[in-house]
Formats: sequence, C-alpha cells, structure tokens
Amino acid sequence: MTDIATAIPATAAPAHEVRAARLSAFIRYTLLTVVGLIMLYPLIWLIGASFKTNSEIFGSIGFIPREPTLEGYVKGWETSTPYTFGRFFWNTFLIILPKTIFTAISCALVAYGFARFEFPFKRFFFATLIATLLLPNVVTRIPQYILFRDLGWLDTYLPLWVPSAFAGDAFFVFMLVQFLRAIPRDMEEAARVDGANSFQTLIHIVVPMLLPALISVMLFQFMWTMNDFLGPLIYLSSVEKFPVSLALKLSIDTTEAFDWNRILAMSVLALLPALIVFFMAQKYFIEGISAGGVKG
Amino acid sequence: MESPRIGLAYLAPYLIGLLVFTAIPFLGSLYLSFTDYNLIQSPVWSGMDNFRELMNDRTFMRSLRVTLLYVFITVPLKLAFALFIAVILNYRLRAIGFFRTAYYVPSILGGSIAIAVLWRYIFADAGLVNMVLTGIGLEPVNWFGDPVNALFTISLLRTWQFGSAMVIFLAALQAVDKSLYEAAAIDGANKWHSFVHITLPLITPVIFFNLIMQMVQAFQEFNGPYIITGGGPLKSTYLLPLYIYDEAFKNFNMGYASAIAWVLFLIIMVLTVVAFWSSKKWVYYAGDKRS
Repeated sequence: MTDIATAIPATAAPAHEVRAARLSAFIRYTLLTVVGLIMLYPLIWLIGASFKTNSEIFGSIGFIPREPTLEGYVKGWETSTPYTFGRFFWNTFLIILPKTIFTAISCALVAYGFARFEFPFKRFFFATLIATLLLPNVVTRIPQYILFRDLGWLDTYLPLWVPSAFAGDAFFVFMLVQFLRAIPRDMEEAARVDGANSFQTLIHIVVPMLLPALISVMLFQFMWTMNDFLGPLIYLSSVEKFPVSLALKLSIDTTEAFDWNRILAMSVLALLPALIVFFMAQKYFIEGISAGGVKG
Repeated sequence: MESPRIGLAYLAPYLIGLLVFTAIPFLGSLYLSFTDYNLIQSPVWSGMDNFRELMNDRTFMRSLRVTLLYVFITVPLKLAFALFIAVILNYRLRAIGFFRTAYYVPSILGGSIAIAVLWRYIFADAGLVNMVLTGIGLEPVNWFGDPVNALFTISLLRTWQFGSAMVIFLAALQAVDKSLYEAAAIDGANKWHSFVHITLPLITPVIFFNLIMQMVQAFQEFNGPYIITGGGPLKSTYLLPLYIYDEAFKNFNMGYASAIAWVLFLIIMVLTVVAFWSSKKWVYYAGDKRS
C-alpha cells in the first residue's frame, strides 16, 4: 500500500509529478483529518464533560476534566423518579428483543416469498413494498394510534412490537430480497430434488446463506429501536415502562438548571450500547447500507 | 414449481401488515382529515372545513414555511458534503477504513435523544462551538436566540450525520470502471473534467436515490427541534411534524392533525413525482441509449 494512490507509472516519473502527487495526498489527509475531528470531537467532548463538575462544563474547549468526578453518573443513575436508570435500560431491552426477533423472522419469510416464488399480483405487491418505503409515517400515525387504543394496547409495548411481526419495515424486506437475488439457487434446487419442501429448504439452505444479511437487519433494527423516541412518546404514559430515550427527555425536563453533568453522564450511557454494537459489528452496517441505502 | 399459493403464504405477514398497519390507516387519515374528531365523541363529518381553516391558520403557514426552508437547506448541504467526502475517500489511501468509520459514527447514533441533548450543550452561549469561534478570533453566535440560527443548528445536526449517504456514494464510486478514467486521461482530460463528465453521470442513479430518501426523511424531522429548541424561538423551528404531534396528542384534534399530515404528505408526494419525472432528463442508467 502506498500513500500516493494516484497511479504513478512504473517508469521513473519526473520529479515535479512526484511532488504534485505528494502534495495532493498531503492536502487530502489534512482535509480528512480536520473533517474527522469535526465529526468525532463533539462525542469526545461529551464523554469528557460527563466527568466534569458542573462549574467546568461551559466556557472551555478542552474535554479533559480538571477535577474528574463521578458525581454526574452517581446522581444521574438515581434519576428524579422512583426508578434508577437501570430500570429504563431494562425496559429498552424488553422493547428491542422481541422487535428484533420478530423483524428477522417476518422479513426473511416475506423476502423468500418475493425472491423465490411466482404468484398472481407479485409485481403489484412488490410495487407496494417500494411505495411504503417512500410513504411518510406521518400519514399513518394517527389512525394507527386510534387502532391500538381501540385494542386497549395503549401504555403497553404491543404497539411497538406487533407491526414488526408483520414485516413492518419495508426497507428490511427490500434489503433481504436484494441479497437473495444475488444468491444462486442450485443448492436449493438440489434440496428440492432430494424431497425437501420449500419450508425445509428455507430453514436449512436459505437462512444459513442469508445469515450475514439477517444480522445486518437485526443490528439496524436494534439501532433504530434504541434511538426511537416518537413511538414510546406516543404510546407509553407510565414512567415505569419508559425506555432510555423517554427517560432522558424526562431528566432534562425535571433536572434543575445547574445539574448539567447528570444529563451528560446519562447521555453517554444512552449512547454506549449503540457504540459498542457498532464497533463490534461494523462491517454488517457498512455492507447493509451499501446493499440498498438506508435512512439515517 | 408449486401452486402459487405457497408464495402467497410466505407473503402473508407482509400482506396482513400492509392492510392493517398501512393501507387502512392511510385511508383512515384521509377520512379523518374531513372530520372533527376529539377521540371521545365519534368523528363528525365537516367537509373541507379543516383545509379552509388551515389556509387562515398563521401557525400552519409559518410552520409550512420553516419546514420547506429546513428541507431546502438541509438536503443539498448533506448530499453535497456526503459526495465531497466520498470522492476524497475514493482514493486508495491508508486508513480509509478508519476515516470511513469515524465519519459514519454520528449517523449510527443519528436519531438518538442523547445526541440532540449534546447539540443543546455545544451550541449554548458558552458552549463548545462559540468557544472555538472566539478561539479563532470570530464573534460568538447567538445560536438559539435567533430564528434563522436556531433552524440552522438543526440543519447542522443532520448534515453532521451525512454518513449513510456517504457510504452509498462511496459504494457507487468504487463501482465505476477505472478504464474509463484511463481512456479520458489519454484524451487529455484533467481530473475535474473526468469528474464532471464520467463520475457524475455514472453515479446519478445513486444521487437520485439519496435525494429522494433524504428529502422524505427531512420533511419528517421531529426529534431535533423537539429536544433542541422545542420549536422556538418564535416558532422558527416549529416544523410541521411538531405541529401535527401537538394537535393530535396534546390537543386531541385528530381531524385537524390528519389534515395537516395530508398536506405534508401531498407536498412530499408532489416533490417526489417531480423528482422522478425530471430524473428521465438527468439520471443516467447503464444501457440507456444516449446520443
């Protein structure tokens, strides 16, 4: 690997060309580093500030606390409610786990149906899938709320779980269909010749091959659910059922004006699961996005 | 293969979901937009009243204006930035993986409330951004007190999250056939020429895809203004989704809220249709016969 990717011919290049190439590489790295700093420094500052005393948070550029303190974490964890933040993390987990599993199962079934079978109206149904990708949630939100209210599901996790069991995120179905189209069918056909039915083929042949894509889907759903705010805001009213996103908003509203490090410390904790998951499984995110583009 | 029923059976979850959670609610909100409905009494048909009221609703008009302004600032800014960075990253540099990751992290944390909270802090009067500005000899800016600046902080938050558009651009750039560049270089084209006449036309489908996706998303922005500015100052960041939320879930004017939602939807749809229609003129698909 060379720094200078601008193809330098194998024959000795004139000195001024080498210099120009070096200069352009230098400019490129400088630019990338400056932009990188702008991208990451706010997060670094956030982590540093969460260990600062309240008097130190504003008015300085540096992120290293002069008198490091855990006060923000200790007080923030307690919250102004009868519950600790642990409770809110547990609630978030309770929302995420079924949602991710339901999403993976339902989207895999539907993608398999689209990618491997012929049936009447197939083109039309696939067109509806693309249309729902572009359909703003704003339009369906109010009637959905009325539907869940009539079912008596307000202030439960059901409105957050159930749509995902019916392949509610068109984007994931679309992504899996794209993956499936790229997978050759000969293994499946061999299994069918050996007498396996379509469901056995799905479980034993297709799912193992789709696994990387399924992991991508689950990871994205994890992130989106972790960050989801409007859903819980509309459907949940008891503090004891709040996920982290709502609890954080609550702590902004109730914390007296000078207890900034509490809020910053809880913000760091709120971001931690997403950051850990992302760094452990980076390639699934990048590949998933490249496969079909993604919101965010 | 087998009877067509099998394929439909696999589609069943999707078809049920489509009907119950998308199609029926979609028509339901259209119906509701012509009614008065407060969640307690049954909806009362009121014809065009809601829409007539919207025309004279100053809050709505202001909200519509700032929403359009927000979208027209944010989407081009975000896409331009994403493409610019993708082009720079497209060279075989050392540590490309590191940079790509660094730029993508903000997007992954994207919608998180914690990030919106962070934004409130770094754009505060004595916050990080103003400290940097004074550090390099500029005047500090009143970010949240001034209507234009407040909207701009939210645009900046979403521009900072250009990562997914960038990753898509990068994938498209890496798929461009290198021999085209070599041929152009032999013909004496410089880098800028190559970019304008080879790269740009070849990635127009991805530009188009990103444009549509980012636009639909920007029109629905809620978390940023809700947390960072609360819609203020002077309703300058009171985007339509905030107005819909307040009308529906605070004032329980479900009919009126549905009418606003439909206006927003129609605007998104018109712009999407215009984009699709114009794409015939500027989006290049391989296999097109171009003279």
